[in-house]
Amino acid sequence: MSSTKFILGLFDDPDDMMHGIEKLQKNSVPIYDVYTPMPIHGIEAKLGIKESRLGYAAFCFGCLGATVIFSILYYTLVHDWPMDIGGKPNFAMPNFVPFTFEWTILFTAFGMTFTFFAATHLFPGRAPRVMDLRATDDRFVIAIDAKGNIPHDDITNLLKEAGAVEVKHNDRKYVSYE
Amino acid sequence: MASHSESIIREPLITGRDITYAQITNEVLNPVENKPNKAWWIGFTVASMGALLWVVAISYTFWFGLGAWGLNKTVGWAWDITGFVWWVGIGHAGTLISAVLLLFRQNWRNSINRSAEAMTIFAVICAATYIVAHMGRPWLAYFTLPLPNQYVLWVNWNSALMMDVFAISTYFSVSLVFWYTGLLPDIASIRDRATGLRRRIYSVMSFGWTGSVKTWQRFETVSLILAGISTPLVLSVHTIVSFDFATSLEPGWHTTIFPPYFVAGAIFSGFAMVQTLLLVTRKVLGLENYITMFHIESMNKIIMLTGSIVGVAYITEFFIAWYSGVEYEQYAFINRATGPYWWAYWSMMSCNVISPQLFWSSKLRRSIKFSWFLSIIVNIGMWFERFVIIVTSLHRDYIPSSWVMFYPTWVDVGVFIGSIGLFFTMFLLFIRVLPSVAMAEVKLLLKTSSEQAKKKLILEGHLEPAEVQHYKESLVKFDSIDMSDYEKI
Repeated sequence: MSSTKFILGLFDDPDDMMHGIEKLQKNSVPIYDVYTPMPIHGIEAKLGIKESRLGYAAFCFGCLGATVIFSILYYTLVHDWPMDIGGKPNFAMPNFVPFTFEWTILFTAFGMTFTFFAATHLFPGRAPRVMDLRATDDRFVIAIDAKGNIPHDDITNLLKEAGAVEVKHNDRKYVSYE
Repeated sequence: MASHSESIIREPLITGRDITYAQITNEVLNPVENKPNKAWWIGFTVASMGALLWVVAISYTFWFGLGAWGLNKTVGWAWDITGFVWWVGIGHAGTLISAVLLLFRQNWRNSINRSAEAMTIFAVICAATYIVAHMGRPWLAYFTLPLPNQYVLWVNWNSALMMDVFAISTYFSVSLVFWYTGLLPDIASIRDRATGLRRRIYSVMSFGWTGSVKTWQRFETVSLILAGISTPLVLSVHTIVSFDFATSLEPGWHTTIFPPYFVAGAIFSGFAMVQTLLLVTRKVLGLENYITMFHIESMNKIIMLTGSIVGVAYITEFFIAWYSGVEYEQYAFINRATGPYWWAYWSMMSCNVISPQLFWSSKLRRSIKFSWFLSIIVNIGMWFERFVIIVTSLHRDYIPSSWVMFYPTWVDVGVFIGSIGLFFTMFLLFIRVLPSVAMAEVKLLLKTSSEQAKKKLILEGHLEPAEVQHYKESLVKFDSIDMSDYEKI
């Protein structure tokens, strides 16, 4: 039994990497994840990853922001301390617009971004779970869980044929822990 | 597929021979990973001396109160609000570049958005210092918040100044979130190349970014939605700043043209400041291949367009003052152009209306030295615009016995010059510790819109010869392309 935990196919070109994904899928090798230095368009469809639902979160946070500030405005201007300014109406909606607008944007931005951080487990101080240090520089990395995916040499050959510049058999899942 | 070829008739967005992904990382991170050069030290020394002046002037203001400024009973707003509006205007270009140009899929934004956004944040910080300073008692700044208090009174929601509090704070914090989220992948690049303490610091700052498929997918969704909401936000901010004036009954301020006119002016001055900074940054940091002549020319075109809009607004304002038949309004404008502040008015007119028209000449538009010179002129002109609007409207009010001139004290001048020093100090520190070009986004362009990708297409030879010829002719203007490479093809 080999001690290999993960097999990494390192590509120097995104198109070759996409080719590698196709080859692996054709041979029924499950892909653990793909790490790239830039977003790759069309990769989600290929890997069968569902569309992000962050847009719905953003919409809900926007509605929340609008409701919160509108309630504060209504409470202070109309309910708690209505002022008679030359007989003008207290519930003067046009004046509410700038505040409601700004807080809709504020809540949308912060709510959505923090949902993104929470869902992706991003926060200051999180230990980076990096499989290859060049994945944030110039390498497009396909990671394959070695467990159950045997023989390893066949996977190596598949990746090499697809144009991988290097194939690594790592004994540790992550290289980034000191 | 991951990459497609762009039409040959479009100019390249990255120039240079045999550029690889690794080379982009190396070149962009060069100033971050190495000791700064002499030019940086000279700039930093001068800028931090300016920042020191700011500390002295602002401390003096806080210690002795607003009497340290040249304000008087008639002119209650002068250099403070001029400086505030000037900085907020400058702070519009970053979000405009990153948000509006993203929605319009203008890929040339990729190499300039990072530094423009950083500039936005620093400019808004400078603007905010004016707001706090002009309150006189800055420790009471929380009075602007709707907090329950001992007077059992709420804030005045009907005031445009209150709207300003909400607009500026939202704009600053949303810009910060947009900027920092975009920085995460690039901070991770620094982290994975660093060792020791540097690695630890960048590791904390990177939030544990890995670049997995799902992370990128969400990142792109977040960027797009943030761009979508920042676009109306950026337009709302200067609209609301203009309400500070337009909702008053002051002649010269009480005009409905203010919101669009202020927004155009903000974009105008913002792009001028981006040009001022980037033309120097590109040279000092050696980023000529990423910030190309195409970028410079595109920004000059935007400066020309928005300058023209501002010019039309000035003339419209003047016309409407006459057409309204209101004597006070008419006098305010005649006084601006021919009164004791005529020199400020005509400085504004020549810097903002006449000088950008020189960019109709492609030769001037493509001259780096001239572009830099003109960006400074526009910055000066836009400062005068705010000064003219504020001081000339106030200094001669309805009672001629209270007519005065405004004379700044050394503290006024110190706070203004100092805020420029503060701005440049922050910008210079930024280019030392964070990547000044969004690497991940520039890498996206390498296989589609770079000069080398287009050259490869030409060499493959399935293109219309006329289109190739057109493309080659468009390359002549680039200072980073050696045309002898194209003689044989």
